[in-house]
Amino acid sequence: MAESSTLAQTIRDIVQRHQKLPTRLLQILREVQDRLTWLSTEAINVVAEELGISPAKVRSVAEFYSFLYTAPRGSYDILFSDNITDRMLGNRELLHYLADRLGVAINGTRADGRVSVGTTSCTGMCDQGPAALVNGYALTRLTKPRLDRIVELVNAKTPLEQWPREFFEVVSNIRRADILLGRHFADGAALRAVLKRGPEAILEEMVKSGLRGQGGAGFKSAAKWQSCRNAPGEVKYVVCNADEGEPGTFKDRVLMQDYADLVFEGMTVCGRVIGARQGFVYLRGEYRYMVDALKATLQRRREAGLLGAAILGDASFEFDIDIHLGAGAYVCGEESALIESLEGKHGVPRIRPPFPTTHGYLNKPTVVNNVETFASAAKIAVEGGNWFASRGTAESKGTKLLSLSGDCERPGIYEYPFGVTVRQVLEDCGARDAQGIQMAGPAGHMISAKLFDRRICFEDLATGGSFMVFDQRRDILDGIRNFAHFFVHESCGFCTPCRVGTSLMRDLVDKVHTGHGTRADLEEMRKLGQIMRVASHCGLGQTAPNPVLDSLDQFPESYERRLRSTAFEPAFDMNAALEQARWLTGRTDPDAYLDEEILSRAMP
Amino acid sequence: MSEEPRFTLDGRTVPFQDGQTIMAAALAAGIYIPHLCFNPEFTPHGSCRVCLVKVNGRMQASCTTPAAAGQVVQSEIDEVREIRRGLLQMLFVEGNHVCPACEKSGACQLQAVAYYVGMLAPHYTHFYPRRPVDASHPDALIDFNRCILCELCVRASREVDGKNVFAVQGRGIKAHLVVNTPSGKLGATDFSLSDKAAQVCPTGTILSKHSGYEIPIGQRLYDRKPINVVGDVAALAVSKGGRRHD
Ligand SMILES: Cc1cc2nc3c(=O)[nH]c(=O)nc-3n(C[C@H](O)[C@H](O)[C@H](O)COP(=O)(O)O)c2cc1C
Ligand code: SF4
Ligand code: SF4
Repeated sequence: MAESSTLAQTIRDIVQRHQKLPTRLLQILREVQDRLTWLSTEAINVVAEELGISPAKVRSVAEFYSFLYTAPRGSYDILFSDNITDRMLGNRELLHYLADRLGVAINGTRADGRVSVGTTSCTGMCDQGPAALVNGYALTRLTKPRLDRIVELVNAKTPLEQWPREFFEVVSNIRRADILLGRHFADGAALRAVLKRGPEAILEEMVKSGLRGQGGAGFKSAAKWQSCRNAPGEVKYVVCNADEGEPGTFKDRVLMQDYADLVFEGMTVCGRVIGARQGFVYLRGEYRYMVDALKATLQRRREAGLLGAAILGDASFEFDIDIHLGAGAYVCGEESALIESLEGKHGVPRIRPPFPTTHGYLNKPTVVNNVETFASAAKIAVEGGNWFASRGTAESKGTKLLSLSGDCERPGIYEYPFGVTVRQVLEDCGARDAQGIQMAGPAGHMISAKLFDRRICFEDLATGGSFMVFDQRRDILDGIRNFAHFFVHESCGFCTPCRVGTSLMRDLVDKVHTGHGTRADLEEMRKLGQIMRVASHCGLGQTAPNPVLDSLDQFPESYERRLRSTAFEPAFDMNAALEQARWLTGRTDPDAYLDEEILSRAMP
Repeated sequence: MSEEPRFTLDGRTVPFQDGQTIMAAALAAGIYIPHLCFNPEFTPHGSCRVCLVKVNGRMQASCTTPAAAGQVVQSEIDEVREIRRGLLQMLFVEGNHVCPACEKSGACQLQAVAYYVGMLAPHYTHFYPRRPVDASHPDALIDFNRCILCELCVRASREVDGKNVFAVQGRGIKAHLVVNTPSGKLGATDFSLSDKAAQVCPTGTILSKHSGYEIPIGQRLYDRKPINVVGDVAALAVSKGGRRHD
């Protein structure tokens, strides 16, 4: 009784702090879970009651996001980043090591409720892995000695604040800087420019700059801003997409950590241009470690007259920024799913058209841009469009931040003018022995050595920034399998081809990977991939088959050396099915196993 | 009199009004495009993807794509049919569809569309999910095994009945239909067979309890004529084997 009334009071306080706004549901659930370690039915019911919405709606949000739990979870929740780059750095061994030492099953919670250990999609620390999260806070450069120390800290119930700071250290590893990262930027310079020259002139500079969306799709940013500016309505919004969920990319992390002023300034310029007074940063949950610092930066900007009411003393220039934290859902990087999530809902992509520029956040005109796009826009406002357009190629102006990871000597952030060749990048990062690159992440393309002279730009190889190197020692199929599992985990489940197709594809890849695949399975993968590509509702499902389809063309040998000679292999493995019977009867003699020969002849 | 805008669908000219989708315009012109989550009485959803057509060379869901003058739309071509067949196969292996034993068999939209697109076998490996049946309601039965997540019942209950009885929860392949009560049981809701939500399911998920297998094989809704001729089960009267409430 006493316990449940304190639970209700805890939740009431949290909901109150969020002004009982249903748009804050995701933030509320995050905070409730921080206090209670998981979201019980009771907790969900109280949240629903306080917000005046149905418990089913609250639960649909709670069940959608990976970092929200509707079953008990340990007070210390440790999730290993499970991107292929973490695997290259040996994360699986560390995962088992830690689970053993803590006496907890993987994906389980210890009986005393103290600790849970599991895995999660790429946490964006590929240049300093193996990485993990503890209660959402990033752990980097894990080693066995570090894990030994963590075991002690957990067993001693040491609060996270008292863990060694260096466990949480996130370095930026900027290896090559060009116009975006290299040149000094004076806070407020872009705001002064937009005040002095007016929104039209800044838009004109944006047009001249040729800047294209740096999130990967490459839509002309000036056109997006213009369309939102023209859209009818008094209330408009600016949204910065800092979801950065594409495995292998971490450039937005570095921008938010080291260049937050530049990003906020770009958002504020955008606000002035389109006529918005409110902006949001949608920050992926994996980056919660930087929330306090970002809030402090926002506060500093307010105090310096660079944010809030009467910016630079001009009463007509009002703009503020709020930070929304995601909770583990790659699909929420898709702009319309992101908006749904910002509204406090589960992140299912909307039907487009209408597009966010006319019907975005709360159905108001909204610009959604990537972090790097806003940073570039701030520079363009100061230095001019021609300055920006002097770098890059005909169709891809300016520079691109690449996140380099995998098999190279110097992983980190590399800023290049668009048009740089893959080969050049490999040389610069010290990747001597590359057999292939996963370009633009699992949703992008796999490039074999034959294609290393291709150029990184929208005319040739478009990318949001992920660049994962596989050297000759690697089995490409390990990567493909990792990506296939990633998409199963991240599909939102709304549409048939992605919801079901990602699972079917994973099963086929697993089948080949474990040596049970045949040529017919490869053909099946192509057909299935084609359905997913053309029939899916959003970019997630449309690109999910890319790794398989690309590697079938570029690395056929990785598949072929694993194939069975038979033309057909049933998905149902009769011998494996008999395993339980053998175990129960304690039989290990040869007669207890089916003859593979006979079996394969019996099959059609 | 101003000229109505038009597009072509498999070579036929289809007039449309501003704001109409390709599906709505085709329907008005009496042309069938197979579909499951679409029902003209509700806001389009675009999740089943079965109504996919090729619009100026690009595959798009006809239920959510606005019609535009001069569009060249292709529907009954092999390339599209093959994809639709794949989608139907996915839906069949995702759930547990034991057609010969199902009360809805013969009057099931899922089954009829599967026949229409030429699906002969499920082809993919079955998932065999475990989904318990809910028989807690005095008049209705929910067999979740047959649910294809079209959310028509969700929309009907929310938009028409004003009851909000159903919801979808979970992400990805774990997405599933739930009943919106603490116990998750239909019996604890004010759901009734006369609700709109009881009449829109394109599969045999939501069924009436007190009657069953009344129409002999051979005379069921889709036994003699295909769905493009007969129409959707949800749009038909009781006597034709459609709604079986009241
Ligand atoms: C599944 C999926 C995930 C995405 N994730 C991101 C992301 O993490 N960050 C991002 O900026 N854009 C992401 N996008 C692209 C956005 O939808 C959108 O195009 C972008 O934010 C627009 O900003 P830009 O024009 O500045 O690139 C994603 C798209 C899809 C389909
Ligand atoms: S393709 Fe479909 S199921 Fe996949 S994430 Fe997009 S909307 Fe969801
Ligand atoms: S129960 Fe029927 S109407 Fe409801 S979502 Fe499932 S298939 Fe659609």
